[in-house]
Amino acid sequence: MLHIPISRWGEPYKSLDIDKVVHFETGEVLAEVSRANGGLVERDMRYAQRARDVLREIPIKELLQMVKKAADLYTSATLPLGNGEQTPEQFVRMQSATTGLPEHMCRFNMTKNHFVLNEMDKILDALTRGLDLTVLTKGYGVESRGVPISYQAQSPVLGLVLPSNSPGVHTLWLPIIPMQIGLVLKPGPQEPWTPYRMANAFIQAGIPKQAIAIYPGLGDVGAAVLQHCPRSLIFGGAATVEQYRGNPRVQAHGPGFSKILIGDDKVDQWDKYLDLMVDSVLVNSGRGCINCSGIWVSRHARKIAEALAERMGPIMPLPPDDPKAALAAFTVKGQADAINTEIDHDVKQPGVHDMTAKFGPRLVKKERCDYLRPTVILCDSPEPAIARKEYMFPFVTVVQCPQEKMIEKIGPTLVCTAITEDPKFQRALLDAVHIDRLNIGAIPTIKLNWLQPHEGNIVDFLFRARAFQFDGMLKA
Amino acid sequence: MSTVALSSELQEKVQHAREELDAHVREIIRWHFSPETGTPFWLEKAKELPFDPLKDIQTFDDLRLFGHFEDEWLRGGPVRRWVPKAYAHRPIYVFETGGTTGIPKTRIAIDDFRIDYEMFSETLPDEYFPKGANWLMLGPSGPRRLRLAVEHLCQYRGGICFCVDLDPRWVIKLIKRGWMEHLRAYQDHVIDQAMTILSANHEIKCMFTTPKLLDALAARLEKEGTSIAKVGITGIFCGGTEMTSQWIRFAIEELLGPGVYIAPTYGNTLMGLAAADMPTPDHDYKITYYAPQPRAVVQVMDFDDYEKEVPYGQEGRVMLTTLTKEFFVPRFMERDEGVRELPCLKYPWDGVSGVKPFRGFAATTTVGVY
Repeated sequence: MLHIPISRWGEPYKSLDIDKVVHFETGEVLAEVSRANGGLVERDMRYAQRARDVLREIPIKELLQMVKKAADLYTSATLPLGNGEQTPEQFVRMQSATTGLPEHMCRFNMTKNHFVLNEMDKILDALTRGLDLTVLTKGYGVESRGVPISYQAQSPVLGLVLPSNSPGVHTLWLPIIPMQIGLVLKPGPQEPWTPYRMANAFIQAGIPKQAIAIYPGLGDVGAAVLQHCPRSLIFGGAATVEQYRGNPRVQAHGPGFSKILIGDDKVDQWDKYLDLMVDSVLVNSGRGCINCSGIWVSRHARKIAEALAERMGPIMPLPPDDPKAALAAFTVKGQADAINTEIDHDVKQPGVHDMTAKFGPRLVKKERCDYLRPTVILCDSPEPAIARKEYMFPFVTVVQCPQEKMIEKIGPTLVCTAITEDPKFQRALLDAVHIDRLNIGAIPTIKLNWLQPHEGNIVDFLFRARAFQFDGMLKA
Repeated sequence: MSTVALSSELQEKVQHAREELDAHVREIIRWHFSPETGTPFWLEKAKELPFDPLKDIQTFDDLRLFGHFEDEWLRGGPVRRWVPKAYAHRPIYVFETGGTTGIPKTRIAIDDFRIDYEMFSETLPDEYFPKGANWLMLGPSGPRRLRLAVEHLCQYRGGICFCVDLDPRWVIKLIKRGWMEHLRAYQDHVIDQAMTILSANHEIKCMFTTPKLLDALAARLEKEGTSIAKVGITGIFCGGTEMTSQWIRFAIEELLGPGVYIAPTYGNTLMGLAAADMPTPDHDYKITYYAPQPRAVVQVMDFDDYEKEVPYGQEGRVMLTTLTKEFFVPRFMERDEGVRELPCLKYPWDGVSGVKPFRGFAATTTVGVY
């Protein structure tokens, strides 16, 4: 049996508490994973500074080369995994088997991670706005115009409490190592695969093993990571985001509530943008925070909803190895039932219409997993609660709303694609502080420019720009 | 494998323990259901029962006629209905459990906590829990049995017990509200108190604490350049919340070192204290608890049929029976599950290992809060 130990700064530690990772369709045990305890995380944080120290011994330029090499190893090599090894194809099958994501989507996520690793020099250059990267190592430098600058690391390590449902999120932590900050990873219970494979790719590429720790576990481990790492990222629901709002130590990533807004000047040509809308809702089985969950228009809402329903309504679950599979399985018992019940309740409200109802039941129950088929809901106004909801499957509301009310009514929006050439509307969108990533034009919400920050700039989260003056006495 | 080959010596001891238990059951039933000595609650309950406890309960197995004790009966008063008539003139303690919101469950006590902890005292090795040593009680205070019981244990062993203030209800509220910064501040406040006591030259060698507080205390001591062993602690009585084999291994290997003994326990306000020997690497740090039979009995029941014990080595839900003259609790389904373990020479009755929150409640229970 494949056993995946805790990695205490690269040293394997087999716990007495073991969790089994099972195939969602067959129930086959794919691996046993050692479960950490919170105290162990706290104790290991005594070596957090060492993680940064060993990374700082390697120039960032060299780390970037190692990361590029890691990209190839991650996608192509057979890498160690616990007491065994794992080929790329095994990785895809295992990730699919435990997360429910179809295999071709897992492959796509691999490609995405590869791209980010391979382009890391450009990404860091963009995220730091062209900063001389040795400033991150030394903590200070001098701009070309002669002004001293200082970027002070706020933590020797970044803690990550990772989710199970969306392997796409891993791109967010890939730039950390090249910035000479260590990683403390708590994998999602169904997705230990990416953290371990990525860590092993890094180590094989020459990154010191003392820079990365991995602690699979339960809630106490996540809490310990957040408590003992001065900077952490956590992925969770709206409640998690709310809990950590305003906490400078934690960046919480939750539902995106990403949306497409079509301006009055473009809405009569809505059918030109139908592919864009379908892709934004459907890609990655709608699991990402960047998937569109709301399309807002001032007119033609019913026609748009009908057209989306025609395109997505007939989609049925397919086996995970089918290259045409568009839907991910829900592998956590009861989750799909709960979502389905909530939607059924919401569609009974006045002004809410289930446009995909005619394509058959939304909930498909299998022996060991469930599926939710694509769902398109028409809302006659922004008032019903469902107009601002998001679920982790292809779910979208088409909301009829006057353009002048849209920005006020959409609520927090991670990615907003605004299809409009109206300069007044564009100005209002540019000024809207509840919109994070703004696309103006026919750009799918799921199409990210990796050279741009996502939900806050990770460089600003990890480093503080501060005043620093020095004279000839400086030796550090 | 519910029938397992035991050595003849052990078989004999098991048989003897069983006979003692049956005799004890008869005595306790007589006590609680006799009009002269009985407990008002049980005398009243007897009127509804379709059997006569005094006649029909002759063995431990006969207790199944009672069905299952409902802890909701312990919520609210009048609390005197739980005091046996024979003890009406005695000073009565009341201990509470739960109560973060709403009315807590209450249990009366007179001497039970003293007797239970005196029995437990016999299981502690004097080498690590020296007689006469002073103790630190780093656990919940307020209306809890543990607070008085640990102090009594210390006094019984000839020492003086130092205590801290710790309100677990506030801790649960902090967790439920997601006020994690406040939770950490409160934990720091509790550890500050412990550090002050430990630094005050009180010659403390033993302590009670919970797993989480031991983690926190060890971490703080290490930050201050010292350790549990270096401050002179040689014996730790640990309990109050769930304890896994992995945690106890971590504590022994990384927090305590070879000179410190840790005694894991399982228990609550309704029962006595189930003891365990110090776990060792030879047995993968397995913690097997044995109830203080015949005063309390722990059984492991089938998840789908609470009338059926699981075979040895199988998981099930923990069922507790308390049989003292102060308190009779027949067949209470605990909020925990575990694995049924074989009797041993030291404890010739069933034990339970791998205790953790019952899977049916786990998602809704706030555990390990202090």
